[in-house]
Amino acid sequence: MATATQGAASAPGMPQLDFSTFGNQIFWLLVTLVVIYMILSRVALPRIGAVLAERQGTITNDIAAAENLRAKAVEAEAAYNKALADARVEANRIIAETKAEIQADLDKAIAKADAQIAAKTAEGEKAIAEIRESALENVTAVAKDTAKEIVIAMGGNADARSVNAAVTARMKG
Amino acid sequence: MATDASTGTGLVFDPMAQFMVKPLFGGDVVNWYTPTNVTLWMVIAVLGISAMLVMGTSRRAVIPTRSQSIGELAYGFVYKMVEDVTGKDGLKYFPYIMTLFMFVLFSNFLGLLPMAFTTTSHIAVTGVLAMAVFLAVTILGFVKNGPAFLGMFWVTSAPLALRPILALIEVISYFVRPVSHSIRLAGNMTAGHAVVKVFAAFAGLVALSPLAILGVVAMYGLEILVCFIQAYVFTILTCVYLKDALHPHH
Repeated sequence: MATATQGAASAPGMPQLDFSTFGNQIFWLLVTLVVIYMILSRVALPRIGAVLAERQGTITNDIAAAENLRAKAVEAEAAYNKALADARVEANRIIAETKAEIQADLDKAIAKADAQIAAKTAEGEKAIAEIRESALENVTAVAKDTAKEIVIAMGGNADARSVNAAVTARMKG
Repeated sequence: MATDASTGTGLVFDPMAQFMVKPLFGGDVVNWYTPTNVTLWMVIAVLGISAMLVMGTSRRAVIPTRSQSIGELAYGFVYKMVEDVTGKDGLKYFPYIMTLFMFVLFSNFLGLLPMAFTTTSHIAVTGVLAMAVFLAVTILGFVKNGPAFLGMFWVTSAPLALRPILALIEVISYFVRPVSHSIRLAGNMTAGHAVVKVFAAFAGLVALSPLAILGVVAMYGLEILVCFIQAYVFTILTCVYLKDALHPHH
């Protein structure tokens, strides 16, 4: 490749091997490297490092804040669930109490009604018994009178005592 | 091939002319202090690095802009490389390695601009970089570990009979490091740019120009890859050498 130089006679072979330019290149290289090093170590790298650290810090903080909020949300949910459970228990207690009260009132009313019914029944029975008794008496009286009248109508001698005794005996049978 | 083309058609081209070191302000004497095209392109590299890492990050935004993202990306890339290869105690040397990486990266890529001069294609430049790394790492190794640093050459995990031979190989490979380190970079840059130039010269021939332009495009794409990879390789090898100096017992 180096032999391909035909027009440029002033550059024999590779310019890379022209030692007369080495001093110049090395001098400017060292200047350049020092300048780049100064720029990087004094300005660029601390700045970029700080930006990256700040970003890392921001991200870490944000994640921590998010974690915190999440914990709070979980807490709030637990509190809500607890309140709900408490309310349910309270409601159940009130329902049970009310039921018991109503049941007691009902039982009392039923007992009272039963007692009244029993009293009324007894009264009725007594009245019926009286009525029946009086009816029997009436029937007896009517039967005696009727028997007497029949005996008289038949032309017999109506002995009041014997007729009464006969009617009474019949009524028992 | 290049010679045939130039003689056959009367075209005069020289793929190596782009690597000539020329004084910027006339004359043809290159003294050590003369501002040359080397100076120009190194200054451009410094300006580029400043634009990317200083101006790009001037807003210091927590939510970065595009330019700041690029700067942070470069920072994170090298920082992670140093941390992964050398460990936490190597991070002290991160600014030096960042300097090397940014310089090589910008020089490589600036060299891809048309009419540009590629400073990293010169063995004088890469040689100084590699020697600086070699000397720094060797001195650091002895300062940190004392004579125990030499234990790096004495492979205790090998059978005793093999150890002297291995030590010889290790020593040779140790001293070959700066050579391969510098020639790898300069060679890659020189070869790539020379090939692009050769293709470009053929573009002057009507019959060959479509092929030549295709070749230039393909080589240019490859060179973009090579520019980055060579900067990466140079930096990661520096990290590996640094790791050897900090932890010589492998």
